[in-house]
Amino acid sequence: MATVVTSYEPTFWDKLYIPALFQGLMLTLKHMFKKKVTIQYPDEKHVPPEGYRGLHRLNKYPDGRIRCVACEMCAAACPAHCIHIVPGPSPWEEGKERYPVRFDIDLLRCIFCGFCEMACPEKAIELTEIYDFADYSREGLWIDKAGLLEIYELTKDKNFYDNSNEE
Amino acid sequence: MDLIDFIIICIKVVLVFAATMLAVMGMIYAERRISAFIQNRLGPNRVGPKGLFQPLADGLKFLMKEDIIPTAVNKPLYLLAPAMLLIPALMTFAVIPFGSSLTLFGRQISLQVANINIGVLYILALTSVGVYGIVLAGWSSNSKYPLLGGLRSSAQLISYELSMGLAIVAIVLMTGSLRLNDIVSSQQGHLFSWYVFKQPLAFLIFLIAVYAETNRLPFDLAEAEQELVGGYHTEYSSMKFAMFFMAEYANMITAAAFTVTLFFGGWDIPFVDEAAMGNWGALLSGIAFILKTAFFLFLYIWVRWTFPRFRYDQLMNLGWKVMLPLALLNIFITGGILTIIS
Repeated sequence: MATVVTSYEPTFWDKLYIPALFQGLMLTLKHMFKKKVTIQYPDEKHVPPEGYRGLHRLNKYPDGRIRCVACEMCAAACPAHCIHIVPGPSPWEEGKERYPVRFDIDLLRCIFCGFCEMACPEKAIELTEIYDFADYSREGLWIDKAGLLEIYELTKDKNFYDNSNEE
Repeated sequence: MDLIDFIIICIKVVLVFAATMLAVMGMIYAERRISAFIQNRLGPNRVGPKGLFQPLADGLKFLMKEDIIPTAVNKPLYLLAPAMLLIPALMTFAVIPFGSSLTLFGRQISLQVANINIGVLYILALTSVGVYGIVLAGWSSNSKYPLLGGLRSSAQLISYELSMGLAIVAIVLMTGSLRLNDIVSSQQGHLFSWYVFKQPLAFLIFLIAVYAETNRLPFDLAEAEQELVGGYHTEYSSMKFAMFFMAEYANMITAAAFTVTLFFGGWDIPFVDEAAMGNWGALLSGIAFILKTAFFLFLYIWVRWTFPRFRYDQLMNLGWKVMLPLALLNIFITGGILTIIS
């Protein structure tokens, strides 16, 4: 069956346009008093939701040992080839025998896909919610093991940005 | 006229000029803030308290920018055009009464720069002179987009000036005078003696025409950014561009004040006898005038950020086929009723 197309025939009231104009003005007036959506960035920071893929961190056990066993699964999974690991024997008596001597991530190459996080059998590498880590040099965006562990300390039991908002 | 009269006039001129320029700055700030609020944004709020010094920062930026004069322009006219636009815009305010009269040291001072008997004509004439600035700016730039902007602007102004003038004729018929003081004093008394209630159709036509006259949205075809790059001032930079900018806002302020004078009783506060209150009455009437003008300036911004721009043919249709016949009809009705009454 054919569909009946009914077009709207404007009435005299519509053709006056004045009521419609008034309606439009009222709409913008309403918006004038609405809550503003602007986040004033350096002063206020957007708090990313759970699961946001930002800067990486290297997790530790409660006793301070590094979880990473330098299996290089993350480096293998990385589509951007930005993870560089040098394995070595662990300095700790108990626990796993392997341990990363160096663990470097080239943040300029990283695409923040989170594959490393998924590939990791030890839950050692994780992506945090930190998103504003811009730097003036390429060298500054090369994060090493110490840096990654520092990020762990910053983000282990609180949202990084929740904290900075309270200050 | 003695020396003191001359000094008083000089003071009034400086005062009105300063007030207009201050209002221009206020408008630039208000435009940006209100537009932001309408779009659920915050707008400039960094320079000074609540961003109030933003216009100063903008002005400073304009002063320090390089002043470029393109090689192909017609230099004398190119340099003259911004001034030709700004000077009439600032001169128009001279005839608008912004308060009742003040009595200082036994001297009666009317709050108006020039009380001339053809005030309405003077304003209409000067706003028409302003269009020369736009056309010359467009033409002397020797560039296609400014030229198109200038042409559009002149066509638009001619079309809408007609209906604007005819809308005012109805007011002049009722007052029997072109003097703005007489128009204000004929609206005194209770609220419904304002011409907006006696002449609603004329008010509507006048308001729409005024938006077209000042090149404001929804009639800003002269500088339609999306189509004409920047319109008639595309080739201008630095302070010359700022002059166009200031002229536009000064025109808006004058137009708002003119609207208030013609239709909203000027400085009149309804149900209040300003003359009996002496100097306080003059002060209150001045404040009333400023508030009314501020409302119309707000309306300008509000309308700008609500309605889309007219197409060129829509603009011409509205001007010639709707507003002109309505304005003529309004004159007939007004004239007919006035004849019957008298």
